Amino acid sequence: MARHHKTGGDAVDHNRRAVLAGTVKGACTVGLIGALLAIPARRRAEAVALRPPGAVAEKDFLAACVRCGLCVKDCPYDTLKLSDLGDGPTLGTPFFNARKVPCEMCEHIPCVAACPTGALDKGLKDIKNAKMGVAVLVGQETCLNFLGLRCDVCYRVCPRIGEAITLELSHNARTAKHAFFIPTVHSAKCTGCGKCERACVLDEAAIKVLPHALATGQLGKHYRLGWEEKKSAGGSLVEPSPEVQVRGMEGVEMTPGGTYKLEKRPDGGFKEFKP
Amino acid sequence: MSAARAAHPGIDNPGASAVAAKGWLAANKWLLARRLSQALVVAVFLTGPLWGVWIAKGNLASSLTLGVLPLTDPLMVLQALAAGHVMTAAALIGAAIVLAAYLVVGGRMYCSWVCPVNAVTDLAHWLRTRLGIEKGLSLNRRTRLWVLGGVLAASAVTGAIAWELVNPVTMLHRGLVTGSILTFGSASLITLAVFLFDLGVAQRGWCTHLCPVGAFYGLLGRAAVLRVAAVNRAACDDCMDCFAVCPERHVIAPALRGADKGVGPVIMSHDCTNCGRCIDVCSKTVFRFDTRFHNVPSDAPPSKAGVKAA
Repeated sequence: MARHHKTGGDAVDHNRRAVLAGTVKGACTVGLIGALLAIPARRRAEAVALRPPGAVAEKDFLAACVRCGLCVKDCPYDTLKLSDLGDGPTLGTPFFNARKVPCEMCEHIPCVAACPTGALDKGLKDIKNAKMGVAVLVGQETCLNFLGLRCDVCYRVCPRIGEAITLELSHNARTAKHAFFIPTVHSAKCTGCGKCERACVLDEAAIKVLPHALATGQLGKHYRLGWEEKKSAGGSLVEPSPEVQVRGMEGVEMTPGGTYKLEKRPDGGFKEFKP
Repeated sequence: MSAARAAHPGIDNPGASAVAAKGWLAANKWLLARRLSQALVVAVFLTGPLWGVWIAKGNLASSLTLGVLPLTDPLMVLQALAAGHVMTAAALIGAAIVLAAYLVVGGRMYCSWVCPVNAVTDLAHWLRTRLGIEKGLSLNRRTRLWVLGGVLAASAVTGAIAWELVNPVTMLHRGLVTGSILTFGSASLITLAVFLFDLGVAQRGWCTHLCPVGAFYGLLGRAAVLRVAAVNRAACDDCMDCFAVCPERHVIAPALRGADKGVGPVIMSHDCTNCGRCIDVCSKTVFRFDTRFHNVPSDAPPSKAGVKAA
């Protein structure tokens, strides 16, 4: 102050300065609270965002990913982005929006090669084994094929055409003379690249790539599929049922499947049945 | 207040006498070098996206320079470890290189020469001095160590790298190298928050008191070789300019005023950021960069009788 004023003006100047300083402090506090509140307030629920190929399970991903963006930089199609406020995924982590730019499934998987932390698993050698998500035909009331047309675009653009998406025929009862060609996703083959979602001709895609858990559901861990168990064991795992005597069928031979060999009589009854 | 200012004009305008004695350039040499260094740390990441000349990819969290040199923030590796994830080789090698470098040059050199937030808080401090805002909220500078402990505890409990939800350092750097700073996103909001906090709430609040990244690098710097030394402390005329500009002013006194107590002239505190601003603003050329090995009192020429009294 002494630089700008003579001593007489010092008191007035000091007052003005104190008022100014107080105003700035108040404004800073208001601004600070505003900025801090704006951070969570800008969060917007977005249904899903997909992780790059090879991403480890979400829980482990957040322990491993340092948000460096090296995968983003090495993505030749600008598919990947780092999340910012409102994008959905944890701040700074890589994701992609299949409807905007799907994964082109590069043969050499540059995003995985670029990852320094192990958040993208280098064990993924064949992009066909990627599990970024699973396509689900959610719009069963809007999908043109479900309406009986032959759009087929999702099926046509699928990098694993005929494997990850097949067209399943069924009878169109409405016209009684046409067929439905229902696009059907096979989760074991679908990589979640999102080309189907990108290509869907509707205003809002009828087929969407969802994270695995959302898309496929999860059987209870104690569930066993009898037919699978039987196949892997090479035979039935349960004892065959004991023969049950049916009144009137005494002495009639049973098949190994547990049914009677019966011969129909002209009057509609069974030859072997003796009431 | 006016009396105090009259006695120490430096507090109002530190460095004025150094400019008069050495010329503007010499009185701002290290500040300019630091700003250049901070700008380069952003620029090397921008040449690729802007002109297709790739020097460095990634950001301050983890990067790859010229396709061969991996660098990773060791605090990131530590948080991941706390969260239960051992990083792969590239990140571990990168972190080891960073660790080794800062063990030599001083951990908090990261704060003053690399970290982009430093320019923001320096600006806030400069403006605060200009506007005459008094100290404000009083914080203990050890708070940052507690924050650091909390960050590691949060990582362990949540199984996620916790500080990255808040970290202004990586958010601002990411915003600068990806251009997202131009949007109303995390980078601009968190930077604004830090700026306003330092300007209107607490003097040198963020970098000196709260930032756990700085606290971590500070711990790394305990054994650092490169130091600022008050080799010419006998020439000190108590103008206080160095104290006025120092972001960690408690580090200066032991070295500058330690001659009588037999303390060496090297600033040994790991809180020192090696910013070199004290070297700039001293009109008597008291300070210079030196090594920790020149820290016996005889390394500083003995006090000339009468200098202090004058």
